[in-house]
Amino acid sequence: MNIVVLVKQVPDSGADRNLRPDDNTVDRGSANNVINEMDEYAIEEALKIKEAHGGEVTILTMGPDRATESIRKALSMGPDKAVHVVDDALRGSCAVATSRVLAAALGQLNADLVLCGAESTDGRVQVMPHMLAERLGVAALTGARKLTVDGATLTVERQTEEGYEVVTASTPAVVSVWDTINEPRYPSFKGIMAAKKKPVQTLSLADLGVAPTEVGFDGATSAVLEHTKRPPRSGGAKITDEGEGGVKLVEFLATEKFV
Amino acid sequence: MSEVLVVVEATREFGVKKVTLEMLTLARELGNPAAVVLGGAGAAEALSARLGEYGAEKIYAAEGEEIDGYLVAPKATVVADLVKRVQPAAVLLASSQEGKEIAARLAVKLDNGILTDVVGLDADGTATQVAFAGSTIVKSKVTRGLPLVTVRPNSVTPAPAPASAAVEQLTVSVTDTDKLARVVDRVAEQKGSRPELTEAGVVVSGGRGVGNADNFKLVEELADLLGGAVGASRAAVDSGFYPHQFQVGQTGKTVSPQLYVALGISGAIQHRAGMQTSKTIVAVNKDGEAPIFELADFGVVGDLFKVVPQAAEEIRKRR
Repeated sequence: MNIVVLVKQVPDSGADRNLRPDDNTVDRGSANNVINEMDEYAIEEALKIKEAHGGEVTILTMGPDRATESIRKALSMGPDKAVHVVDDALRGSCAVATSRVLAAALGQLNADLVLCGAESTDGRVQVMPHMLAERLGVAALTGARKLTVDGATLTVERQTEEGYEVVTASTPAVVSVWDTINEPRYPSFKGIMAAKKKPVQTLSLADLGVAPTEVGFDGATSAVLEHTKRPPRSGGAKITDEGEGGVKLVEFLATEKFV
Repeated sequence: MSEVLVVVEATREFGVKKVTLEMLTLARELGNPAAVVLGGAGAAEALSARLGEYGAEKIYAAEGEEIDGYLVAPKATVVADLVKRVQPAAVLLASSQEGKEIAARLAVKLDNGILTDVVGLDADGTATQVAFAGSTIVKSKVTRGLPLVTVRPNSVTPAPAPASAAVEQLTVSVTDTDKLARVVDRVAEQKGSRPELTEAGVVVSGGRGVGNADNFKLVEELADLLGGAVGASRAAVDSGFYPHQFQVGQTGKTVSPQLYVALGISGAIQHRAGMQTSKTIVAVNKDGEAPIFELADFGVVGDLFKVVPQAAEEIRKRR
Protein backbone atom coordinates (compact mmCIF):
# COMPACT_ATOMS: atom_id res chain seq x y z
CA MET A 1 0.00 0.00 0.00
CA ASN A 2 1.29 3.44 -0.98
CA ILE A 3 0.86 5.60 2.10
CA VAL A 4 1.46 9.35 2.39
CA VAL A 5 1.62 10.91 5.85
CA LEU A 6 1.01 14.64 6.21
CA VAL A 7 3.45 16.21 8.66
CA LYS A 8 3.28 19.80 9.85
CA GLN A 9 5.96 21.68 11.69
CA VAL A 10 4.49 23.72 14.54
CA PRO A 11 5.80 25.87 17.38
CA ASP A 12 6.26 23.79 20.54
CA SER A 13 2.97 23.86 22.46
CA GLY A 14 4.88 23.48 25.71
CA ALA A 15 6.34 26.98 25.40
CA ASP A 16 5.06 30.52 24.91
CA ARG A 17 3.64 30.97 21.40
CA ASN A 18 2.93 34.24 19.62
CA LEU A 19 1.63 35.81 16.46
CA ARG A 20 3.96 38.24 14.71
CA PRO A 21 3.12 41.90 15.33
CA ASP A 22 3.72 42.88 11.67
CA ASP A 23 1.51 40.45 9.74
CA ASN A 24 -0.38 38.40 12.37
CA THR A 25 1.15 35.11 11.20
CA VAL A 26 2.50 32.48 13.57
CA ASP A 27 5.89 33.56 14.89
CA ARG A 28 8.07 30.61 13.91
CA GLY A 29 11.34 32.51 14.03
CA SER A 30 11.58 32.75 17.78
CA ALA A 31 9.81 29.47 18.53
CA ASN A 32 11.15 26.00 19.12
CA ASN A 33 9.67 24.27 16.08
CA VAL A 34 8.68 20.61 16.36
CA ILE A 35 6.63 17.97 14.54
CA ASN A 36 2.97 18.38 15.32
CA GLU A 37 2.52 15.76 18.02
CA MET A 38 -0.56 14.10 16.54
CA ASP A 39 1.33 13.55 13.26
CA GLU A 40 3.72 11.17 15.04
CA TYR A 41 0.73 8.87 15.66
CA ALA A 42 -0.11 9.04 11.95
CA ILE A 43 3.48 8.09 11.07
CA GLU A 44 3.38 5.19 13.53
CA GLU A 45 0.10 3.93 12.06
CA ALA A 46 1.56 4.14 8.54
CA LEU A 47 4.62 2.16 9.58
CA LYS A 48 2.46 -0.50 11.23
CA ILE A 49 0.37 -0.88 8.07
CA LYS A 50 3.52 -1.13 5.94
CA GLU A 51 4.95 -3.77 8.29
CA ALA A 52 1.75 -5.83 8.03
CA HIS A 53 0.85 -5.32 4.38
CA GLY A 54 3.96 -4.03 2.61
CA GLY A 55 4.25 -0.86 0.60
CA GLU A 56 5.91 2.48 0.95
CA VAL A 57 5.56 5.41 3.36
CA THR A 58 6.13 8.98 2.14
CA ILE A 59 6.13 12.09 4.32
CA LEU A 60 4.49 15.18 2.80
CA THR A 61 5.17 18.58 4.36
CA MET A 62 4.30 22.07 3.26
CA GLY A 63 6.40 24.65 5.05
CA PRO A 64 9.41 26.93 4.97
CA ASP A 65 13.03 25.74 4.62
CA ARG A 66 13.37 25.11 8.33
CA ALA A 67 10.65 22.43 8.15
CA THR A 68 13.49 20.21 6.88
CA GLU A 69 14.40 19.49 10.51
CA SER A 70 10.95 18.05 11.15
CA ILE A 71 11.05 16.07 7.91
CA ARG A 72 14.35 14.42 8.93
CA LYS A 73 12.93 13.73 12.37
CA ALA A 74 9.86 12.11 10.78
CA LEU A 75 12.06 10.02 8.48
CA SER A 76 14.10 8.83 11.46
CA MET A 77 11.03 6.94 12.69
CA GLY A 78 11.14 4.79 9.55
CA PRO A 79 9.33 6.22 6.49
CA ASP A 80 11.02 5.71 3.12
CA LYS A 81 11.13 9.20 1.66
CA ALA A 82 9.70 12.68 1.84
CA VAL A 83 8.26 15.43 -0.32
CA HIS A 84 8.68 19.02 0.84
CA VAL A 85 6.50 21.70 -0.74
CA VAL A 86 8.38 24.93 -0.23
CA ASP A 87 7.85 28.28 -1.92
CA ASP A 88 8.19 31.85 -0.67
CA ALA A 89 4.76 32.67 -2.07
CA LEU A 90 3.12 30.24 0.40
CA ARG A 91 3.65 32.50 3.42
CA GLY A 92 0.32 33.61 4.85
CA SER A 93 -1.72 30.87 3.17
CA CYS A 94 -5.16 30.16 4.64
CA ALA A 95 -6.55 26.66 5.16
CA VAL A 96 -8.45 26.71 1.86
CA ALA A 97 -5.29 27.60 -0.10
CA THR A 98 -3.21 25.10 1.87
CA SER A 99 -5.63 22.35 0.92
CA ARG A 100 -5.29 23.39 -2.74
CA VAL A 101 -1.51 22.99 -2.55
CA LEU A 102 -1.53 19.71 -0.62
CA ALA A 103 -4.18 18.26 -2.93
CA ALA A 104 -2.01 19.16 -5.94
CA ALA A 105 0.97 17.43 -4.32
CA LEU A 106 -1.10 14.37 -3.42
CA GLY A 107 -2.29 14.26 -7.01
CA GLN A 108 1.30 13.55 -8.04
CA LEU A 109 1.91 10.91 -5.36
CA ASN A 110 -0.84 8.37 -6.18
CA ALA A 111 -1.46 7.49 -2.56
CA ASP A 112 -3.80 4.64 -1.63
CA LEU A 113 -3.98 6.05 1.87
CA VAL A 114 -3.30 9.53 3.19
CA LEU A 115 -2.78 9.60 6.95
CA CYS A 116 -2.61 12.69 9.14
CA GLY A 117 -3.10 13.86 12.71
CA ALA A 118 -6.65 14.85 13.64
CA GLU A 119 -5.54 18.39 14.39
CA SER A 120 -2.42 20.50 14.70
CA THR A 121 -1.47 22.00 18.02
CA ASP A 122 -1.09 25.51 16.59
CA GLY A 123 -4.34 26.13 14.74
CA ARG A 124 -6.44 23.22 16.07
CA VAL A 125 -8.70 23.80 13.09
CA GLN A 126 -9.28 20.13 12.11
CA VAL A 127 -10.44 20.95 8.59
CA MET A 128 -7.63 19.63 6.40
CA PRO A 129 -8.64 15.94 6.00
CA HIS A 130 -12.13 16.81 4.72
CA MET A 131 -10.87 19.67 2.56
CA LEU A 132 -8.43 17.27 0.90
CA ALA A 133 -11.03 14.53 0.49
CA GLU A 134 -13.40 17.05 -1.06
CA ARG A 135 -10.77 18.21 -3.55
CA LEU A 136 -9.56 14.69 -4.39
CA GLY A 137 -13.02 13.13 -4.54
CA VAL A 138 -12.04 10.39 -2.08
CA ALA A 139 -13.40 9.25 1.28
CA ALA A 140 -12.37 10.88 4.55
CA LEU A 141 -12.43 8.80 7.72
CA THR A 142 -11.64 11.27 10.47
CA GLY A 143 -10.80 11.12 14.14
CA ALA A 144 -9.80 7.46 14.15
CA ARG A 145 -8.97 5.78 17.44
CA LYS A 146 -8.62 2.46 15.60
CA LEU A 147 -7.89 1.65 11.96
CA THR A 148 -8.20 -1.76 10.33
CA VAL A 149 -6.93 -2.48 6.83
CA ASP A 150 -8.39 -5.47 4.97
CA GLY A 151 -7.28 -5.44 1.35
CA ALA A 152 -8.68 -2.21 -0.07
CA THR A 153 -11.22 -1.83 2.73
CA LEU A 154 -10.51 0.56 5.58
CA THR A 155 -12.54 0.48 8.79
CA VAL A 156 -12.24 3.11 11.43
CA GLU A 157 -13.61 3.51 14.93
CA ARG A 158 -14.15 7.14 15.75
CA GLN A 159 -15.04 8.65 19.10
CA THR A 160 -18.23 10.67 19.27
CA GLU A 161 -19.84 12.43 22.18
CA GLU A 162 -22.38 9.66 22.62
CA GLY A 163 -20.02 6.74 22.13
CA TYR A 164 -18.30 5.73 18.94
CA GLU A 165 -19.03 5.17 15.26
CA VAL A 166 -17.69 2.48 12.98
CA VAL A 167 -17.09 3.91 9.52
CA THR A 168 -15.84 2.12 6.45
CA ALA A 169 -14.55 3.08 3.01
CA SER A 170 -12.43 1.74 0.18
CA THR A 171 -9.04 3.12 -0.76
CA PRO A 172 -8.04 5.68 -1.84
CA ALA A 173 -8.96 7.59 1.31
CA VAL A 174 -7.80 10.19 3.81
CA VAL A 175 -7.70 9.02 7.44
CA SER A 176 -6.99 11.29 10.41
CA VAL A 177 -6.00 9.82 13.76
CA TRP A 178 -6.18 10.83 17.42
CA ASP A 179 -3.42 10.10 19.89
CA THR A 180 -5.42 7.18 21.29
CA ILE A 181 -4.70 5.03 18.23
CA ASN A 182 -1.19 3.78 19.08
CA GLU A 183 2.07 4.58 20.85
CA PRO A 184 4.59 6.15 18.46
CA ARG A 185 8.04 4.55 18.40
CA TYR A 186 11.15 6.48 19.30
CA PRO A 187 13.65 6.85 16.48
CA SER A 188 16.56 4.44 16.90
CA PHE A 189 20.16 5.55 16.42
CA LYS A 190 20.18 3.53 13.22
CA GLY A 191 16.98 5.25 12.12
CA ILE A 192 18.44 8.68 12.77
CA MET A 193 21.55 7.85 10.73
CA ALA A 194 19.48 6.34 7.90
CA ALA A 195 17.18 9.38 7.78
CA LYS A 196 20.07 11.59 6.72
CA LYS A 197 20.39 9.65 3.47
CA LYS A 198 16.70 9.22 2.62
CA PRO A 199 15.47 11.11 -0.45
CA VAL A 200 13.67 14.41 0.17
CA GLN A 201 12.16 15.86 -2.97
CA THR A 202 11.31 19.56 -2.96
CA LEU A 203 8.40 20.86 -5.00
CA SER A 204 7.62 24.49 -5.81
CA LEU A 205 4.24 25.96 -6.72
CA ALA A 206 5.32 25.90 -10.37
CA ASP A 207 6.03 22.16 -10.06
CA LEU A 208 2.49 21.71 -8.77
CA GLY A 209 0.83 23.96 -11.32
CA VAL A 210 -0.60 26.24 -8.62
CA ALA A 211 -0.51 29.98 -9.33
CA PRO A 212 1.18 32.14 -6.66
CA THR A 213 -1.91 34.39 -6.64
CA GLU A 214 -4.01 31.45 -5.39
CA VAL A 215 -1.98 31.12 -2.18
CA GLY A 216 -0.24 33.25 0.44
CA PHE A 217 -1.62 36.59 1.57
CA ASP A 218 -2.87 37.39 -1.97
CA GLY A 219 -4.96 34.26 -2.26
CA ALA A 220 -6.15 34.11 1.34
CA THR A 221 -9.88 33.63 1.88
CA SER A 222 -9.78 35.05 5.40
CA ALA A 223 -7.66 37.62 7.17
CA VAL A 224 -6.52 38.24 10.72
CA LEU A 225 -7.26 41.90 11.37
CA GLU A 226 -5.51 42.22 14.70
CA HIS A 227 -4.43 40.24 17.71
CA THR A 228 -3.83 40.99 21.34
CA LYS A 229 -2.15 39.00 24.05
CA ARG A 230 -4.64 38.11 26.75
CA PRO A 231 -3.45 39.30 30.14
CA PRO A 232 -2.24 36.27 32.09
CA ARG A 233 -4.62 35.10 34.80
CA SER A 234 -3.48 36.02 38.23
CA GLY A 235 -3.89 33.53 41.00
CA GLY A 236 -6.37 34.42 43.73
CA ALA A 237 -6.54 33.24 47.32
CA LYS A 238 -4.49 30.16 48.20
CA ILE A 239 -4.99 28.50 51.55
CA THR A 240 -3.35 25.52 53.13
CA ASP A 241 -5.69 22.85 54.43
CA GLU A 242 -5.51 22.62 58.19
CA GLY A 243 -8.64 20.53 58.58
CA GLU A 244 -11.14 23.05 57.21
CA GLY A 245 -10.01 23.19 53.56
CA GLY A 246 -13.14 21.55 52.18
CA VAL A 247 -15.45 23.86 54.11
CA LYS A 248 -13.49 26.93 53.03
CA LEU A 249 -13.65 25.75 49.43
CA VAL A 250 -17.43 25.53 49.63
CA GLU A 251 -17.59 28.94 51.31
CA PHE A 252 -15.78 30.37 48.28
CA LEU A 253 -18.12 28.54 45.91
CA ALA A 254 -21.08 29.93 47.86
CA THR A 255 -19.85 33.54 47.58
CA GLU A 256 -19.58 32.96 43.82
CA LYS A 257 -23.11 31.47 43.89
CA PHE A 258 -22.12 28.02 42.65
CA VAL A 259 -23.54 26.40 45.77
CA MET B 1 -32.88 41.00 5.86
CA SER B 2 -31.17 37.90 4.59
CA GLU B 3 -31.38 34.56 6.27
CA VAL B 4 -28.56 33.33 8.47
CA LEU B 5 -28.19 29.57 8.28
CA VAL B 6 -27.56 27.81 11.58
CA VAL B 7 -26.59 24.16 11.15
CA VAL B 8 -28.20 22.41 14.11
CA GLU B 9 -26.25 20.21 16.51
CA ALA B 10 -28.39 17.84 18.52
CA THR B 11 -28.04 14.53 20.29
CA ARG B 12 -30.48 11.66 20.28
CA GLU B 13 -30.60 11.72 24.03
CA PHE B 14 -30.83 15.41 24.92
CA GLY B 15 -32.17 17.03 21.74
CA VAL B 16 -30.95 20.45 20.62
CA LYS B 17 -27.52 21.21 22.03
CA LYS B 18 -26.86 24.44 23.87
CA VAL B 19 -24.34 25.58 21.25
CA THR B 20 -27.19 25.58 18.71
CA LEU B 21 -29.15 27.99 20.91
CA GLU B 22 -26.02 30.14 21.17
CA MET B 23 -25.72 30.16 17.37
CA LEU B 24 -29.40 31.15 16.98
CA THR B 25 -28.77 33.99 19.44
CA LEU B 26 -25.71 35.15 17.47
CA ALA B 27 -27.52 34.75 14.14
CA ARG B 28 -30.16 37.30 15.14
CA GLU B 29 -27.46 40.01 15.05
CA LEU B 30 -26.73 39.21 11.41
CA GLY B 31 -30.14 38.55 9.89
CA ASN B 32 -33.10 36.20 10.14
CA PRO B 33 -32.13 32.89 11.74
CA ALA B 34 -32.97 29.78 9.75
CA ALA B 35 -32.08 26.42 11.28
CA VAL B 36 -30.80 23.55 9.15
CA VAL B 37 -31.51 20.08 10.54
CA LEU B 38 -29.49 17.24 9.01
CA GLY B 39 -30.30 13.83 10.40
CA GLY B 40 -32.44 10.73 10.44
CA ALA B 41 -36.12 10.64 9.51
CA GLY B 42 -38.26 12.86 11.73
CA ALA B 43 -35.32 14.78 13.18
CA ALA B 44 -36.64 18.27 12.39
CA GLU B 45 -40.10 17.60 13.79
CA ALA B 46 -38.62 16.55 17.13
CA LEU B 47 -36.47 19.68 17.38
CA SER B 48 -38.69 22.37 15.85
CA ALA B 49 -40.34 23.63 19.06
CA ARG B 50 -37.01 24.24 20.77
CA LEU B 51 -35.48 25.88 17.68
CA GLY B 52 -38.49 28.18 17.34
CA GLU B 53 -38.23 29.17 20.98
CA TYR B 54 -34.76 30.57 20.28
CA GLY B 55 -35.65 32.50 17.16
CA ALA B 56 -35.57 30.09 14.21
CA GLU B 57 -38.00 31.60 11.71
CA LYS B 58 -37.62 28.71 9.34
CA ILE B 59 -36.29 25.17 9.57
CA TYR B 60 -34.75 23.51 6.56
CA ALA B 61 -34.69 19.74 6.98
CA ALA B 62 -32.73 17.10 5.12
CA GLU B 63 -33.50 13.70 6.59
CA GLY B 64 -33.03 10.04 6.00
CA GLU B 65 -30.49 7.31 5.40
CA GLU B 66 -28.79 9.27 2.60
CA ILE B 67 -27.89 11.93 5.18
CA ASP B 68 -27.49 9.92 8.35
CA GLY B 69 -25.80 6.81 6.96
CA TYR B 70 -22.56 8.47 5.85
CA LEU B 71 -19.87 10.71 7.29
CA VAL B 72 -20.46 14.45 6.73
CA ALA B 73 -20.04 14.64 2.93
CA PRO B 74 -23.79 14.40 2.07
CA LYS B 75 -24.56 17.00 4.73
CA ALA B 76 -22.07 19.41 3.18
CA THR B 77 -23.60 18.89 -0.25
CA VAL B 78 -27.08 19.68 1.07
CA VAL B 79 -25.90 22.84 2.85
CA ALA B 80 -23.87 23.99 -0.18
CA ASP B 81 -26.94 23.64 -2.42
CA LEU B 82 -29.00 25.56 0.12
CA VAL B 83 -26.42 28.35 0.33
CA LYS B 84 -26.48 28.73 -3.45
CA ARG B 85 -30.28 28.88 -3.42
CA VAL B 86 -31.00 31.26 -0.51
CA GLN B 87 -27.79 33.35 -0.57
CA PRO B 88 -27.65 33.69 3.23
CA ALA B 89 -25.86 36.50 5.06
CA ALA B 90 -23.78 33.93 6.96
CA VAL B 91 -23.52 30.23 7.81
CA LEU B 92 -22.93 29.21 11.42
CA LEU B 93 -21.94 25.73 12.57
CA ALA B 94 -20.80 24.36 15.92
CA SER B 95 -17.06 24.08 16.56
CA SER B 96 -17.44 20.36 17.09
CA GLN B 97 -15.73 17.67 15.06
CA GLU B 98 -18.74 17.34 12.76
CA GLY B 99 -19.41 21.08 12.53
CA LYS B 100 -15.83 21.77 11.52
CA GLU B 101 -15.88 18.93 9.01
CA ILE B 102 -19.05 20.14 7.27
CA ALA B 103 -17.61 23.67 7.25
CA ALA B 104 -14.34 22.39 5.75
CA ARG B 105 -16.15 20.84 2.81
CA LEU B 106 -18.37 23.90 2.37
CA ALA B 107 -15.28 26.12 2.20
CA VAL B 108 -13.88 24.06 -0.67
CA LYS B 109 -17.22 23.62 -2.48
CA LEU B 110 -17.98 27.35 -2.34
CA ASP B 111 -14.34 28.55 -2.51
CA ASN B 112 -15.15 30.46 0.64
CA GLY B 113 -13.09 31.48 3.68
CA ILE B 114 -13.65 29.71 7.00
CA LEU B 115 -13.18 30.74 10.63
CA THR B 116 -13.23 28.13 13.37
CA ASP B 117 -13.48 28.29 17.19
CA VAL B 118 -15.21 31.65 17.06
CA VAL B 119 -16.32 33.07 20.42
CA GLY B 120 -17.89 36.31 19.20
CA LEU B 121 -19.33 37.67 15.95
CA ASP B 122 -20.12 41.29 15.05
CA ALA B 123 -22.89 42.38 12.70
CA ASP B 124 -20.27 43.20 10.04
CA GLY B 125 -18.90 39.63 10.17
CA THR B 126 -15.81 40.39 12.25
CA ALA B 127 -15.14 37.34 14.41
CA THR B 128 -13.31 36.96 17.69
CA GLN B 129 -11.22 33.82 18.13
CA VAL B 130 -8.95 32.69 20.91
CA ALA B 131 -5.66 31.16 19.83
CA PHE B 132 -2.72 29.39 21.44
CA ALA B 133 -4.48 27.89 24.40
CA GLY B 134 -6.47 31.02 25.13
CA SER B 135 -3.36 33.20 25.43
CA THR B 136 -4.07 35.28 22.33
CA ILE B 137 -7.26 36.99 21.17
CA VAL B 138 -7.65 37.36 17.43
CA LYS B 139 -10.03 39.49 15.38
CA SER B 140 -10.54 38.06 11.92
CA LYS B 141 -12.79 38.15 8.93
CA VAL B 142 -13.69 36.02 5.94
CA THR B 143 -12.47 37.97 2.89
CA ARG B 144 -13.80 35.69 0.17
CA GLY B 145 -17.46 34.69 0.21
CA LEU B 146 -19.86 34.87 3.13
CA PRO B 147 -18.97 34.52 6.83
CA LEU B 148 -18.61 30.75 7.27
CA VAL B 149 -18.02 30.35 10.96
CA THR B 150 -17.86 27.59 13.54
CA VAL B 151 -18.87 28.70 17.04
CA ARG B 152 -17.28 27.36 20.19
CA PRO B 153 -19.72 26.21 22.91
CA ASN B 154 -20.16 28.51 25.94
CA SER B 155 -19.33 31.62 23.90
CA VAL B 156 -22.58 33.55 24.36
CA THR B 157 -25.58 33.26 26.65
CA PRO B 158 -28.53 31.80 24.72
CA ALA B 159 -31.50 34.17 24.79
CA PRO B 160 -35.01 33.00 23.87
CA ALA B 161 -36.86 34.95 21.15
CA PRO B 162 -39.97 32.99 20.20
CA ALA B 163 -40.60 32.64 16.49
CA SER B 164 -42.88 30.35 14.55
CA ALA B 165 -40.57 27.96 12.81
CA ALA B 166 -42.09 26.36 9.73
CA VAL B 167 -40.34 23.23 8.49
CA GLU B 168 -39.33 23.01 4.83
CA GLN B 169 -38.20 19.57 3.69
CA LEU B 170 -35.27 19.77 1.29
CA THR B 171 -34.86 17.46 -1.66
CA VAL B 172 -31.75 15.43 -0.95
CA SER B 173 -29.65 14.80 -4.03
CA VAL B 174 -26.23 13.55 -3.04
CA THR B 175 -23.60 12.10 -5.34
CA ASP B 176 -21.87 8.72 -5.16
CA THR B 177 -18.70 10.53 -4.06
CA ASP B 178 -20.63 11.81 -1.04
CA LYS B 179 -21.36 8.23 -0.03
CA LEU B 180 -17.81 6.88 0.10
CA ALA B 181 -17.55 6.82 3.91
CA ARG B 182 -20.36 4.68 5.25
CA VAL B 183 -21.34 4.55 8.92
CA VAL B 184 -21.86 0.85 9.63
CA ASP B 185 -22.47 1.08 13.36
CA ARG B 186 -23.12 3.60 16.10
CA VAL B 187 -22.33 2.38 19.57
CA ALA B 188 -23.66 4.30 22.56
CA GLU B 189 -21.42 4.34 25.60
CA GLN B 190 -22.85 4.82 29.04
CA LYS B 191 -22.33 8.30 30.34
CA GLY B 192 -25.30 8.82 32.60
CA SER B 193 -27.12 12.07 33.08
CA ARG B 194 -24.17 14.45 33.31
CA PRO B 195 -24.02 17.42 30.94
CA GLU B 196 -21.79 17.22 27.88
CA LEU B 197 -18.24 18.28 28.70
CA THR B 198 -17.79 21.21 26.29
CA GLU B 199 -21.22 22.66 27.07
CA ALA B 200 -21.31 22.21 30.84
CA GLY B 201 -21.51 25.26 33.10
CA VAL B 202 -19.42 23.43 35.70
CA VAL B 203 -16.56 21.02 35.03
CA VAL B 204 -14.84 19.02 37.78
CA SER B 205 -11.61 17.40 36.56
CA GLY B 206 -9.23 14.91 38.09
CA GLY B 207 -5.55 14.45 37.40
CA ARG B 208 -2.68 12.16 38.28
CA GLY B 209 -3.20 13.01 41.95
CA VAL B 210 -6.51 11.13 41.95
CA GLY B 211 -4.34 8.00 41.99
CA ASN B 212 -6.50 5.38 40.29
CA ALA B 213 -9.68 4.77 38.32
CA ASP B 214 -11.69 3.84 41.39
CA ASN B 215 -10.89 7.13 43.10
CA PHE B 216 -12.49 9.02 40.22
CA LYS B 217 -15.77 8.35 42.04
CA LEU B 218 -14.74 11.24 44.24
CA VAL B 219 -14.44 13.53 41.22
CA GLU B 220 -17.79 12.29 39.90
CA GLU B 221 -19.46 12.84 43.25
CA LEU B 222 -18.37 16.48 43.42
CA ALA B 223 -19.36 16.99 39.77
CA ASP B 224 -22.83 15.61 40.47
CA LEU B 225 -23.27 17.79 43.55
CA LEU B 226 -22.40 20.86 41.45
CA GLY B 227 -24.47 19.70 38.46
CA GLY B 228 -21.35 19.53 36.34
CA ALA B 229 -19.47 17.38 33.87
CA VAL B 230 -16.41 15.28 34.70
CA GLY B 231 -13.10 15.94 33.00
CA ALA B 232 -9.63 14.44 33.25
CA SER B 233 -6.09 15.55 32.60
CA ARG B 234 -3.96 13.79 30.01
CA ALA B 235 -1.89 12.23 32.79
CA ALA B 236 -5.05 10.70 34.26
CA VAL B 237 -6.23 9.47 30.87
CA ASP B 238 -2.83 8.05 29.93
CA SER B 239 -2.74 6.24 33.27
CA GLY B 240 -6.10 4.66 32.44
CA PHE B 241 -8.02 6.38 35.25
CA TYR B 242 -10.70 7.83 32.95
CA PRO B 243 -11.72 7.50 29.27
CA HIS B 244 -10.14 9.69 26.59
CA GLN B 245 -13.34 11.43 25.52
CA PHE B 246 -13.27 13.30 28.83
CA GLN B 247 -9.73 14.59 28.41
CA VAL B 248 -9.35 18.35 28.82
CA GLY B 249 -6.42 20.14 27.19
CA GLN B 250 -4.19 19.83 24.17
CA THR B 251 -5.15 16.67 22.24
CA GLY B 252 -8.42 16.69 24.17
CA LYS B 253 -11.39 18.96 24.66
CA THR B 254 -11.36 22.71 25.18
CA VAL B 255 -13.81 23.82 27.86
CA SER B 256 -14.86 27.27 28.99
CA PRO B 257 -17.33 26.77 31.84
CA GLN B 258 -18.45 29.20 34.53
CA LEU B 259 -16.61 27.07 37.10
CA TYR B 260 -13.68 24.71 36.61
CA VAL B 261 -12.55 22.60 39.54
CA ALA B 262 -9.11 20.98 39.18
CA LEU B 263 -8.45 18.10 41.59
CA GLY B 264 -4.94 16.66 41.76
CA ILE B 265 -3.97 18.40 38.53
CA SER B 266 -0.59 20.13 38.46
CA GLY B 267 -1.55 22.40 35.57
CA ALA B 268 0.93 21.60 32.80
CA ILE B 269 0.69 24.05 29.90
CA GLN B 270 -1.01 21.38 27.77
CA HIS B 271 -3.79 21.10 30.35
CA ARG B 272 -4.14 24.85 30.75
CA ALA B 273 -4.61 24.98 26.97
CA GLY B 274 -8.00 23.37 27.41
CA MET B 275 -9.40 25.24 30.41
CA GLN B 276 -7.81 28.58 31.06
CA THR B 277 -10.64 30.61 29.58
CA SER B 278 -12.95 29.22 32.29
CA LYS B 279 -14.61 32.02 34.24
CA THR B 280 -13.76 30.84 37.75
CA ILE B 281 -11.07 28.28 38.53
CA VAL B 282 -10.69 26.37 41.77
CA ALA B 283 -7.86 23.95 42.50
CA VAL B 284 -6.96 21.38 45.12
CA ASN B 285 -3.43 20.01 45.03
CA LYS B 286 -0.90 18.62 47.49
CA ASP B 287 1.93 20.59 45.94
CA GLY B 288 1.67 24.28 46.83
CA GLU B 289 4.08 25.09 44.00
CA ALA B 290 1.90 23.46 41.30
CA PRO B 291 1.37 25.85 38.35
CA ILE B 292 -2.41 25.35 38.53
CA PHE B 293 -2.43 27.75 41.50
CA GLU B 294 -1.15 30.52 39.22
CA LEU B 295 -4.56 30.53 37.53
CA ALA B 296 -6.81 29.48 40.36
CA ASP B 297 -9.16 32.08 41.81
CA PHE B 298 -9.24 29.90 44.91
CA GLY B 299 -6.70 27.23 45.74
CA VAL B 300 -6.45 24.71 48.53
CA VAL B 301 -3.05 23.22 49.22
CA GLY B 302 -3.89 19.88 50.74
CA ASP B 303 -4.80 16.23 50.37
CA LEU B 304 -7.71 15.96 47.96
CA PHE B 305 -8.86 12.77 49.70
CA LYS B 306 -9.54 14.89 52.80
CA VAL B 307 -10.58 18.17 51.20
CA VAL B 308 -13.01 16.83 48.58
CA PRO B 309 -15.11 14.57 50.87
CA GLN B 310 -15.34 17.41 53.35
CA ALA B 311 -16.42 19.81 50.59
CA ALA B 312 -19.03 17.30 49.39
CA GLU B 313 -20.36 16.94 52.92
CA GLU B 314 -20.52 20.73 53.32
CA ILE B 315 -22.46 21.15 50.05
CA ARG B 316 -24.99 18.53 51.24
CA LYS B 317 -25.33 20.31 54.58
CA ARG B 318 -26.11 23.60 52.88
CA ARG B 319 -29.01 22.18 50.87
